[in-house]
Amino acid sequence: MEENVLILGAASDMAVAIARKFASAGYSLTLAARNVEKLEAIAADLKVRYNVAVASVKFDALDFASHEQFYHSLAERPDVVVCVFGLLGDQFEAQQHWKACEEILFTNYVGAVSILNVVANDFERQKRGTIIGISSVAGDRGRQSNYFYGSAKAGFTAYLSGLRNRLYHHGVHVVTVKPGFVKTRMIENIKTPGPITASVKKVADSVFTASKRKRDSIYVLSVWALIMLVIRFIPEAVFKRLKL
Amino acid sequence: MKKSITNWNNFPVVEAKEISFDFQKDLVPKLAHSSIPHGNGRCYGDASLYSDVVNTLRFDKVLAFDEHYGIITCQSGVLLSDLLQIIVPRGWFLPVTPGTKFITVGGAVASDVHGKNHHVDGAFSNHIVAMTVLTGTGETLVCNKDTNPDLFWATCGGMGLTGIILEVKFSLKRIQSAYIRQKQIKAANLDEVMELFGRNMDSTYSVAWIDCLKSGKHFGRSILMLGEHADTGETQAEHKLTPREKALFTVPFHFPSFVLNGFSVKVFNALYYAKNYKREINSVSHYDGFFYPLDSILSWNKIYGKRGFVQYQFVIPFDASREGLKNILARINKMGMGSFLAVLKLFGDQENLISFPMKGYTLALDFPIRDGLFGFLDELDQVVADYGGRIYLSKDARMKKEIFWKTYPRAREFQEILKKYDPENRFNSHLAQRLMLKV
Ligand SMILES: Cc1cc2nc3c(=O)[nH]c(=O)nc-3n(C[C@H](O)[C@H](O)[C@H](O)COP(=O)(O)OP(=O)(O)OC[C@H]3O[C@@H](n4cnc5c(N)ncnc54)[C@H](O)[C@@H]3O)c2cc1C
Ligand SMILES: NC(=O)c1ccc[n+]([C@@H]2O[C@H](COP(=O)([O-])OP(=O)(O)OC[C@H]3O[C@@H](n4cnc5c(N)ncnc54)[C@H](OP(=O)(O)O)[C@@H]3O)[C@@H](O)[C@H]2O)c1
Repeated sequence: MEENVLILGAASDMAVAIARKFASAGYSLTLAARNVEKLEAIAADLKVRYNVAVASVKFDALDFASHEQFYHSLAERPDVVVCVFGLLGDQFEAQQHWKACEEILFTNYVGAVSILNVVANDFERQKRGTIIGISSVAGDRGRQSNYFYGSAKAGFTAYLSGLRNRLYHHGVHVVTVKPGFVKTRMIENIKTPGPITASVKKVADSVFTASKRKRDSIYVLSVWALIMLVIRFIPEAVFKRLKL
Repeated sequence: MKKSITNWNNFPVVEAKEISFDFQKDLVPKLAHSSIPHGNGRCYGDASLYSDVVNTLRFDKVLAFDEHYGIITCQSGVLLSDLLQIIVPRGWFLPVTPGTKFITVGGAVASDVHGKNHHVDGAFSNHIVAMTVLTGTGETLVCNKDTNPDLFWATCGGMGLTGIILEVKFSLKRIQSAYIRQKQIKAANLDEVMELFGRNMDSTYSVAWIDCLKSGKHFGRSILMLGEHADTGETQAEHKLTPREKALFTVPFHFPSFVLNGFSVKVFNALYYAKNYKREINSVSHYDGFFYPLDSILSWNKIYGKRGFVQYQFVIPFDASREGLKNILARINKMGMGSFLAVLKLFGDQENLISFPMKGYTLALDFPIRDGLFGFLDELDQVVADYGGRIYLSKDARMKKEIFWKTYPRAREFQEILKKYDPENRFNSHLAQRLMLKV
């Protein structure tokens, strides 16, 4: 039987590209999104293009109480789980209103931890599986323009590295992906420099390769490793003065 | 966010706000007061340019494929190159394809594109089973030749002005292999190539490359290319239905324009004076090389330099073709402004509202933009109009509105339909403004 991939937050561009990549390699798919209606066209497309089985299920990252039940009622047990959902939010609004701030923290960190805990326990028992988390370079250092999102992703990155450390001993692999800028809806209204902005296809290719080659943590475009190295090495006394 | 956008010929360049969508419900609230759909930007001009554009490339899902009857349903932003990857391995081909596979299905409908098989299969609109359009009135309407036919005919070739084409269901062509049985015939001059076109009307695909700079008895020397889908016997069985997609190289920056002419001259001469002096060459080649010879050089358009270029494509009614082509080629020849090579093709009958093709000869050639060019093209427009011909809107960036209104006899009718489906001009483009299509 072919392997199955569960994609959490499957309605985004990045998720579609990742789904296409795995489907083209023959994986069957379980697409999970809070808005199942959106999955109709995406699922049809994957079936026509790649002749693979595709199931669509409802999943809300913020509905923590449902996660256990969600996972255990999946028709097919996944071999690979990709956690793609995320929320950039509006930093300024989140500074003023707790609701907005909470949503950013809960989606990017708490929601991801809540569902991946369930997956981790299952994979640990089975002694196999791959968990891929889409985190962000924004988590490498807090900046005034997006530190709610950034700190939640920093938490997520730390969570993934802890999880990797735990599950390594059980034959389960965990990949952390830090995409850098990606041309998607999330940053549609932000000007980003072309050479350091990846396409979703490039992200999908890197995610797939990283999972096959059991890489631990990747930047999608290698220049980002350099950029973040420089950013991390700026002394805090200098960094705090910058407008970033 | 405003940014600079332009189409394939790098002219004009405009500042525009771009939105995109992958879900219809997300689109409607995001729509600007007035905007134009933008596919993959492969038209040569201002048809998909305006102060606000709706990029359709993320709306690219294939919704259904009936492999038995060869009918596919997809969202408008999917590229023909993607469709080929899906349909060729299952024994189907596009019913009509332009000279590049990097266009969207929405663009194929809105320009009502034609291929090398126009004389037998008509234009793209001929193969549409049904489509849905988000019109200026905010409704999503199904249309085809029977349902909302006015909307259907105004949308085919309507350059995006009726609204956003959302889903298109169209029929495909059966193939036995991914290969084309090809015949190249040399013609010493224009009369000879026209006679050859006439004699080969039953060939599925036909097109000629014509040398625009020769005069005297070689005036209009050309190479006619004919093609048929090959059956299995002629190809290696194991590769028989493999779509091929590999880019050879990318042109990294804007070249000075003299480079291209040198390039195309070499290719043409290599073919024309091929080592065998035979007049006729038969071969079997993959469809990718046959239909899309330029696609393997990604961004070849940059070869023309920063100022960009225009592609001039006109059609002259059949009866006036010989005289008309001679007249126009002689003018181009004298001005020496055109590209060395042009593409010549004989269209079959077509009677649509606003689509370009009509029975007669069409010629397409590239002109690098330089001083004096537009004045010269205005003169050519006049000649084309006098012969009863017209200019392809999808290749146009500069025609005067008087010429348009004179040469598209059903434009008024088209405009009336636009008023019905888009009374508030929610869809508008620089092309529509220039030609006074939206008032
Ligand atoms: C190398 C090359 C060869 C070509 N050869 C041919 C040829 O042989 N025959 C031929 O007919 N054409 C040919 N063309 C032209 C090309 O096929 C057309 O211009 C086509 O419309 C481009 O489609 P696009 O997706 O790039 O759309 P764009 O160029 O972005 O837009 C073209 C038009 O389609 C409209 N449009 C796009 N999507 C939608 C939508 N979803 N709903 C409503 N309107 C929409 C736009 O508003 C615009 O009016 C060629 C172009 C190139 C670059
Ligand atoms: N774009 C970038 O530059 C960039 C850079 C680094 C990292 N990333 C990360 O990459 C991932 C994908 O981002 P993207 O750019 O594709 O962004 P996007 O288009 O905004 O996609 C985010 C997806 O998350 C889903 N989602 C949000 N809240 C959810 C919830 N409570 N439950 C379930 N799903 C929820 C959204 O669902 P709906 O479709 O229903 O809205 C959407 O599909 C995110 O984790 C993001 O943080 C992106």
